[in-house]
Amino acid sequence: MEISGARNDSKDIMRKLYHFHGGIHPPGNKTQSTQVAIAQAPLPSRLVVPLHQHAGEAAKPIVQVGDHVLKGQLIGMPDGVVSSAVHAPTSGIITAIDMQLIAHPSGMPNLCATLIPDGKEEWVPRQPINYRDYSAAELQQLLRMAGVVGLGGAAFPSDMKLYLNQYKITTLILNGAECEPYITCDDMLMRERAAEIVAGAEMLRFMLDANEVLIGIEDNKPEALAMMHAAAAQYEHMEVIAVPTIYPGGGAKQLIRVLTGIEVAAGVRSTDKGVQCFNVATAWSVHRALAHGEPLLSRIVTITGNVRQAQNFEALLGTPIDELIALADALPDTNGYIMGGTMMGITLPAVHVPVVKATNCVIASSEKLFPPPPPAMPCIRCTRCVDVCPADLQPQDLFWFAQSKEFGKAQAFSLFDCIECGACSYVCPSHIPLVQYYRFAKSEIHAREHDKQLADQARVRHEYREHRIEREKREKADKLAAKEKAAKLGSTPPLTLQQQAAFAELEASRAHLRQLAQSAVEHHDEVIVK
Amino acid sequence: MIFFSPYISKPDSVAQIMLKVLLALIPGIALYVWYFGPAILVSITLASLTALGTEALMLKLRNRPIMPFLKDNSALLTGWLLALSIPPLAPWWMIVVGTAFSIAIAKHLYGGLGNNLFNPAMVGYAVLIISFPMQMTQWIAPHGLGQIEPGFFDQLKYIFFNVLPDNVTLDAITMATPLDNLKTHLHLDQPIRQILDMPVYGQLAGHGSEMVAWGFLFGGLYLLAARIISWHIPVAYLGILFIIAGIFHLLDPGHYAAPLFHWFSGAAMLGAFFILTDPVSSPTTNKGKLIFAAGAALITYLIRVFGGFPDGVAFATLLMNICVPLIVLYTQPKVFGKKDSKKGKQP
Repeated sequence: MEISGARNDSKDIMRKLYHFHGGIHPPGNKTQSTQVAIAQAPLPSRLVVPLHQHAGEAAKPIVQVGDHVLKGQLIGMPDGVVSSAVHAPTSGIITAIDMQLIAHPSGMPNLCATLIPDGKEEWVPRQPINYRDYSAAELQQLLRMAGVVGLGGAAFPSDMKLYLNQYKITTLILNGAECEPYITCDDMLMRERAAEIVAGAEMLRFMLDANEVLIGIEDNKPEALAMMHAAAAQYEHMEVIAVPTIYPGGGAKQLIRVLTGIEVAAGVRSTDKGVQCFNVATAWSVHRALAHGEPLLSRIVTITGNVRQAQNFEALLGTPIDELIALADALPDTNGYIMGGTMMGITLPAVHVPVVKATNCVIASSEKLFPPPPPAMPCIRCTRCVDVCPADLQPQDLFWFAQSKEFGKAQAFSLFDCIECGACSYVCPSHIPLVQYYRFAKSEIHAREHDKQLADQARVRHEYREHRIEREKREKADKLAAKEKAAKLGSTPPLTLQQQAAFAELEASRAHLRQLAQSAVEHHDEVIVK
Repeated sequence: MIFFSPYISKPDSVAQIMLKVLLALIPGIALYVWYFGPAILVSITLASLTALGTEALMLKLRNRPIMPFLKDNSALLTGWLLALSIPPLAPWWMIVVGTAFSIAIAKHLYGGLGNNLFNPAMVGYAVLIISFPMQMTQWIAPHGLGQIEPGFFDQLKYIFFNVLPDNVTLDAITMATPLDNLKTHLHLDQPIRQILDMPVYGQLAGHGSEMVAWGFLFGGLYLLAARIISWHIPVAYLGILFIIAGIFHLLDPGHYAAPLFHWFSGAAMLGAFFILTDPVSSPTTNKGKLIFAAGAALITYLIRVFGGFPDGVAFATLLMNICVPLIVLYTQPKVFGKKDSKKGKQP
């Protein structure tokens, strides 16, 4: 199936767009936060900068308590292949490096550097570069050290997405779909900073050596589309495309499908199919990092929901969220805060946790805005969930298997292809928290696999040891027998034919045993190597 | 505060879905009353009361919360469908026994709402037609066709006390269904054209009953428009029924009724839109729905034309219900990115 979307250029050619299965149309609730421009959040009283703001390994702190740091100074060194740098968002004194509550639903604290700003906003020396003078590998290293990660929510280190494998990247996709309700940070960024975004996109295209850049923006953002279209006009091979507004059309794999027709299965990298995808805000931060020499120190955060004045703020990473909420003026009946959108967001363990690279939106919740669903009823297999599943799964079957803890079957029915978009839960007339069941099943399977791995290792070690003891015993016995034989040959009269035959048989059976033992050991070596 | 995403949900509920199905039955019921008198309303009322009573009793026995399930309208729907499947003049205890069996045995012993393998109403119907075949043939004659038309109070008297007005025999107020009548007369080697000229037949099928079928078709189209059901089951069921009936009719029009006769006779329309489409006991995959409905159409036709019962919708439903787990297993769709699409491959 395919649908047509207007290609926003003067040639007025209709670009062929593709369709992905399912999807929903929840109320957007975006206009509340797009009435006023992005505001610069004032310098907070203190900044709590987590060292683990990205997917992969946490950065290693390289400053000490009491150090005076400058704005943009490296305070966390990337540690591991998949990792990213963390910087001081402003100048000031490091007053603590300790475990602090962060924006994670578990409420588990994580290592953070606390910085008391000195108010001077004193920068480290910045080194703007002309990216065309550098190799892709050098640019990747620069981005890694600039702490550039995906700002769409997953916070995956961007340099990792620029490593090229054996496939040629034909298409770079810039994701400006922003399909989740309430979130408008990308929309506002595109309206106000389109030129910098497309400049960053061109840098990414250069690094990937891609043939074309497709910028996908949902058609509910006409202002952003117009600004981006105007900004992209100067670049050849860059196209701004209005895509239909449908959740989860902003998922990377869904957007790739809509724009190119290519389906990237779970566990497959889009680069294997010649496509790479970055969020628009990531492109903006790439531009800041290379053209201005500024590491990632701030991001746009939508503050919305149960507040008097919903708005987007440019906030320093590490800004306590309650200080942003105070700017938007939360209403008295606010009963909690959601980070992210209403479909895939998380409940904040406390409102004072810091803004991190993944903080795109904070929604103040109230009983009225998000009333608790009625008690869950049994599944009646109405398959509304099937109709909306963008991964073409059978959510009602997965629910059944998760509920009855038949995890093997859940896996066989492609549980791990589920992207947890929540469309199934949204439409379920029985109000079953389906996504919760899938998360539970996935975590149970992971835990069991981990346990099984440990048990397997222990078993192999044990068996190997037993074999070794057995082999040593046999070798000793063989040596002894050989000695005896030699002694016998030397001192006793020659053997009768019958005795010779018996010996030969004995030898043969020993050789066979040795062979068996050897092959068993080799087999287990293989297992261990695996 | 809600603690896990998604934080929003569509305002919809099982009760609303079931309510819409009940509403969709109303055009058919209204035409039923118009052509056959208000006795059907007595059956529906009895079935409703029995369904709710049995539901509450079973929930209590199973230690389940009673009110949320009583309010989900699913028991009412089972009762209504069964009431519409049996003769309105059948004695009161038959609809009570049938409905109680549907709810207690076919629904709750299988685990209650969402867990029944068989369509509960059709299980109730099967029990009644096998246990009380005589009473199950007491179909009321439509207006103008019976020798005597009993008043509503006479009908009530008969339903509850098995008493007929003086000088009135049961045969005078009841008649064989159009499907039954056709079968009987075909056995007597009468040509079909001659049989269909009898007053019991209307334009397409039975006089009166064809209009009720139109009512169910109308309600079914509403269910499609309201996205309560998908097109797969009604289209496959009516389509295959049409094709099979069409083939036989073309081969021997003297002995096999036209496809439209089969559409508008018996429970075909009720089955296509309201019975086979029961989500709990039908396949969840689209391909599976097509196979399920096609199989049901084939069985319906075979029973109607070659079998011992006048209509075959109930047994077709039950027989295909058994196949549902297997059908679903073999019709799993390919998941995202794992289809054999040319576009999905590296150029």
